[in-house]
Amino acid sequence: MEAFWDTLQNAWGTLQNSFERVFIVDDRWTLLARGLGLTLFITLLAALLGLALGFLIAIVRSTHDKVTGLKPAPRAALNILNGIAKLYLTVIRGTPVVVQLMIIYFVVFGAVNISKVVVAVIAFGINSGAYVAEIVRSGIMSIERGQMEAGRSLGFSYAQTMVRIILPQAFKNVLPSLGNEIIVLLKETSVSGYIALEDLAKGGDIIRSITYMAFMPLIVVALIYLTVVVFLSHLVTRLERRLRASDH
Amino acid sequence: MTIDDRNTRAGAGDENILIRVEDLEKRFGDLVALSQINIDIHRGEVVVIIGPSGSGKSTFLRTLNMLEDPTAGAVYFNGVNLADLSVNINVHRQKMGMVFQHFNLFPHMTILKNLTAAPIALLKKSRVEAEEDAMRLLVRVGLAEKAQEYPAMLSGGQKQRVAIVRALAMNPDVMLFDEPTSALDPEMVGEVLEVMRDLAREGMTMVIVTHEMGFAREVGSRIVFMDEGQIVEEAVPEVFFTTPRRDRTAQFLRKIL
Repeated sequence: MEAFWDTLQNAWGTLQNSFERVFIVDDRWTLLARGLGLTLFITLLAALLGLALGFLIAIVRSTHDKVTGLKPAPRAALNILNGIAKLYLTVIRGTPVVVQLMIIYFVVFGAVNISKVVVAVIAFGINSGAYVAEIVRSGIMSIERGQMEAGRSLGFSYAQTMVRIILPQAFKNVLPSLGNEIIVLLKETSVSGYIALEDLAKGGDIIRSITYMAFMPLIVVALIYLTVVVFLSHLVTRLERRLRASDH
Repeated sequence: MTIDDRNTRAGAGDENILIRVEDLEKRFGDLVALSQINIDIHRGEVVVIIGPSGSGKSTFLRTLNMLEDPTAGAVYFNGVNLADLSVNINVHRQKMGMVFQHFNLFPHMTILKNLTAAPIALLKKSRVEAEEDAMRLLVRVGLAEKAQEYPAMLSGGQKQRVAIVRALAMNPDVMLFDEPTSALDPEMVGEVLEVMRDLAREGMTMVIVTHEMGFAREVGSRIVFMDEGQIVEEAVPEVFFTTPRRDRTAQFLRKIL
């Protein structure tokens, strides 16, 4: 019994000791705090950019596939836009996000003096946009044709019907997938370290390399990600419940 | 009115003609869905279109407001050729109410919003005015107490009555009905036909695709029989149902009556 208590006390002492070295000495915890701030900041802006891009692409794609009876000029323009959209989807979904991030930082903006945070927002936003586009497009396609016809028969234009009638319903249908996409995005920003951004994951890694202790900083980083993800899932569930008011 | 607009009024002759269809044709690829359709629909008339399934009735109705683009021919509405791609179809559709087989209410809006969305956005009515008008229409079809509910809460018959007043809220010149009772349980057919009967009595111009022969006979001012994408015969109900001139019409009537 005595021996057991000794072991426990020893373990507790070691834990306290490493906690101090990992987080307290030199205020190392601020690496994680600032890292989390940066991770959330990049995620938020990239998500907004991704949503905007995704909705735009989804509208172009579904309009191209669904609308008939256009005059030649708008039809040609739509074909070109649709071609660009398809190329974008293929390239972005066909290459790893970390490679895209590096290409945008070192190649596209290689010769320009630009904030790395902005580069990350652009890279992750463009990446997320491709996935959002396909999610939203599936949502638009899932709305019965009759909804568009009812809107048009009242005199709404195609764009008005899209915005007032189709998209709100499509958005509601794909909300779980969109929430999931933002959660994936949050986790994917953990490769920001590749362009020397000190996000949450990088913060943990820096502490590991300074202290030569891997367990505590990395586990804590994982727990912080997990907490944020659980919180985001909870938000999505609440929003879903609110939007479901119309189908009791 | 611009000069171009006036040029497109070539189809207007008789002021009493609300819709004039000229040599209308609709193809889906190789399939000819409609051909050689010519018909005038006068103000205040209730035209009932009947015919076997696949005869093109619904397609014809849907070409009237360009939900289907005709492949050839013209549809003059108030003298304007809607088949002309340079015409702003949205403006004219405001004056053509349409009621669908599957109601197509907007499920994410309350009943009241279903009725007020278009008048507020397109007729520039104030919200208060649009809501007053909507409530008046809902009272008329006995659904005032449903104003704040969502479509999912309503029965089929109630949904269709809402769909009718949603179209009426735009103050249309004509109402197009595409098999309005076909998706309803039998006990709900009556309540919808009752609303349509009232409308006809008030002098609304109506074009109705339906299988309700009793209703067609009672309310129709003219019956149009279609088969294989063409108008086979048209006549006032008494003549149509008692002494059809064409064999195909007689055959059809024998089957359904």
